Amino acid sequence: MSNESRTEMQRVDGTMSTGPEQTRPGPVYMPAVDIFETDGAITVLADMPGVKPDQLEIDLRDNVLTLTGRVGAAPTGETDVLREYDAGTFFRQFTLAESIDQAKIDAKLADGVLRLELPKVERAKPRQITVRAG
Amino acid sequence: MIVRRVWPARPTFEGSPHEYDTIRRELLRALDMFAGDREPRPSPSGVFPPINVTQDADRFYVRAELPGVVASEISISALRNRLSISGKREIAREHERASYHRRERPEGTFNRTLTLPMPVDADRIEARYAEGILTLTLPKAEDAKPRQIVVKT
Repeated sequence: MSNESRTEMQRVDGTMSTGPEQTRPGPVYMPAVDIFETDGAITVLADMPGVKPDQLEIDLRDNVLTLTGRVGAAPTGETDVLREYDAGTFFRQFTLAESIDQAKIDAKLADGVLRLELPKVERAKPRQITVRAG
Repeated sequence: MIVRRVWPARPTFEGSPHEYDTIRRELLRALDMFAGDREPRPSPSGVFPPINVTQDADRFYVRAELPGVVASEISISALRNRLSISGKREIAREHERASYHRRERPEGTFNRTLTLPMPVDADRIEARYAEGILTLTLPKAEDAKPRQIVVKT
């Protein structure tokens, strides 16, 4: 399985930067996501390993969904033998075309995977219109 | 999905692995700047799952990023200084009428073997899975630990 779960998109050391800078220094990663839509809702699944529920922020305003998850530093007192990933911040934004019912948003974080249910507002749901003969 | 290994499957610890790792990452980052895109790409290591190994005087700590894996689907085996972690990551099928906008999260089987710098006590290895991170604590084998020798005067 190839690992596409993390894309380093920004480092605050100035080599690459996009958009507003983070206030905390450290690498920022783009979590891999699945997004699908049903008649009633849009569901976002994001891989954010190492993020605890209290370190995850979900923000939706002006149709822009922002996901920010922080990963704490590794315990001190250990020396590196092999390092393939760094602790940092997961950050990703999406623009939503549909109107979302803010009050009914449901977020669940389990085993490093966020599941975010964004129910569409009633009027945005497609309605079946029956055409009567006559 | 198939196992794709861009880099050697068994990182060895001889020489200066950390330095090698840093150079490798810098190089890949430089290449990425040329490409100039922000789309997901394989992690710098090119393998799944990415693994960090640390040590203190008595133990090795192996941490692997495995989000959304069922703990019973992970199999770990160790023999002297060889450690292997394998398993399967399955992504549940969603509502059949769901229309996908994006599908980036990888699924499939994985298998990684590591060679540690010294043998470990395989009977006392502990494994824990939390927040999508698998943490293994591997006590170094007693007979392989360096001895402190007191110089008598």
